[in-house]
Amino acid sequence: MSPGETAAAEPRPVPAGRPDAAPDAPARYPGAAGRLVRSELRLVLRRRRNVVLLVGLAFVPLLLGVVLRLAQDAGLAGQGPPFVASVTGNGLFLVVASLFLCTPFLLPLTIGIASGDAIAGEASAGTLRYLLVVPVARGRLLAVKALGALTFAAAAVLAIAVVGLVAGAVLFGVGDLTLLSGDTVPLGDGVLRVAGVVAYVGLSMTGLVAVGLFFSTLTEVPVGAMAATVVVAVVSSVLDQLPQVAVIHPALLTHHWFDFAEMLRIVPSVDVLAQGLAVQAGWVVVFGTLAWARFTTADVTS
Amino acid sequence: MTTPAGATATAAAPASAPAVPQAGAVGDDAIRTHGLTKRFRTGQVAVDRVDLHVPRGAVYGFLGPNGSGKTTTIRMLLGLVAPTAGEVHLLGSPMPREAGRVLPRVGALVEGPAFQPYLSGRANLARLDAVDASTDPRTARARSDAALDRVGLGAAADKRYRQYSLGMKQRLGLAAALLRPRDLLVLDEPTNGLDPQGTREVRHLVRELADAGTTVLVSSHLLAEIEQVCTHVGIMGGGRLLLQGPRADLTARRAAHVMVRTAPADVDAAVVELRRLGLADVTVEQGVVDGGVTVVASDAADDGRDRPAPQDVAAALVRAGVGLLAFDVRRPSLEQVFVELTGEGFDVAR
Repeated sequence: MSPGETAAAEPRPVPAGRPDAAPDAPARYPGAAGRLVRSELRLVLRRRRNVVLLVGLAFVPLLLGVVLRLAQDAGLAGQGPPFVASVTGNGLFLVVASLFLCTPFLLPLTIGIASGDAIAGEASAGTLRYLLVVPVARGRLLAVKALGALTFAAAAVLAIAVVGLVAGAVLFGVGDLTLLSGDTVPLGDGVLRVAGVVAYVGLSMTGLVAVGLFFSTLTEVPVGAMAATVVVAVVSSVLDQLPQVAVIHPALLTHHWFDFAEMLRIVPSVDVLAQGLAVQAGWVVVFGTLAWARFTTADVTS
Repeated sequence: MTTPAGATATAAAPASAPAVPQAGAVGDDAIRTHGLTKRFRTGQVAVDRVDLHVPRGAVYGFLGPNGSGKTTTIRMLLGLVAPTAGEVHLLGSPMPREAGRVLPRVGALVEGPAFQPYLSGRANLARLDAVDASTDPRTARARSDAALDRVGLGAAADKRYRQYSLGMKQRLGLAAALLRPRDLLVLDEPTNGLDPQGTREVRHLVRELADAGTTVLVSSHLLAEIEQVCTHVGIMGGGRLLLQGPRADLTARRAAHVMVRTAPADVDAAVVELRRLGLADVTVEQGVVDGGVTVVASDAADDGRDRPAPQDVAAALVRAGVGLLAFDVRRPSLEQVFVELTGEGFDVAR
């Protein structure tokens, strides 16, 4: 047998002394990622506390609609904060008005609760250690938790929007939409624009979710992470009011939250909307990275 | 803590020697650590240069008082806590680098059970199974039912975890560890919160699993609870592994306590003979009880000489003309070794 033959034809001998190098290395079942995500979403969306929060948010447009309906003959019609004044004329505005009222505090509060709880809740229950030894890679678990928190944020915004739409249609009827400039667009266009408002508000919450997720990796006390997250939103709003720090205003988490109104101009400014979304993307990148850096290296002693 | 430093040093050296396989044969041990150390940010050294050797197929009793570093060691084994120094191999693979490949074969109960309180026992197991990318979702239900039945929770499977008693929670923790066939089980204080019947059941379960070839590391601060099922023992104290090896070796290597009672007239002869046999610490106790005087000694074997067998000691005493009223040789129990090494409680081994 020539040396060349040996090299070409004979299989390489298996290196000895390496037990179980290959035989029972567990397989990854196809669809495992989907199974993990579904399990997490079920956990988030079926949890009673979260359901109560969503129902609470859904009450905002309902109550607002009923109050405006009862008061519309009292000579106060057309008064009140922006958007609220327009509700009695067109039920579509109940969606916008409700989001306008919830954006400063109620939405950040509920989203802070859900995202602050994401990791810290598992840590405080002690379940984090059992998830990790299953095992699941920490980066993967963090991504799934982020997805769960984002889904909850979306559900929160949608709860307001859907109930607002239904209540507005029932109480006031819907029709062609009168824009901020006074121009009127047909109903179909109007619905799309309101949908754009809802989408913008939803995307505006992503930065806050990332902040909450980061705080959630720092502590085993979920309430601490929740409170810290809400505080960030509040402090951001306060700074946004101070002209002395105008230079940082454009980068503030909350600065662009009300730019959803852009959707109600004749020609929405893509620049304004893009800037608001870019700021959110920046917060997501920074705090998402911090959360990842912290969570993938921290000792789990809970 | 008042761990006698001298006793520690002499005990650890010979006892661990036979348990150490030739260097490099990492795959022979289900668990093997080298110089494993954890220093927390507070500066506290929780685990100090621990070399754990748990042979495949062993039931390894990991003992030590509360706060001796057992749980931190276990957390490092499982990749939850990063070691400050040292290495860990589980089932032949380095941790935590190969956690994804190794941990599916490892079932663990770490510092008590923990589950989502508002989910049922069954739903909690389903959640853990959904997290495991390497299990077949089609068999999830059957496997969780089997695990629940195995720990006697079948009837309470659909109750919320919040409503479980402490013992039921512990059982659910065991069920989670048994959700799929495992090559290694790491059970940290598995009998906590269980009544004597539950404790017996856990022992039975551990024995059954070990008979089926699973390696089990079971930790406890209550040695009596798990002593009966262990083939190997490691004793932690103050962050150090004070002693480890096959259980039988650990007590066989310890000095026995020899007690002779004889008539007052024969005491001197007895003392001379006991010393001649190489026994140490020969002491005559004060006072005459039932017409006899008690002489105690120990067969301390640190000098490497063969220790006389009890029957030889008795025969030698009789040949020397010592009339034996009573004669007793007691090898210290594992518990006494444990107490002596860890300094827990009073020093009953002497």
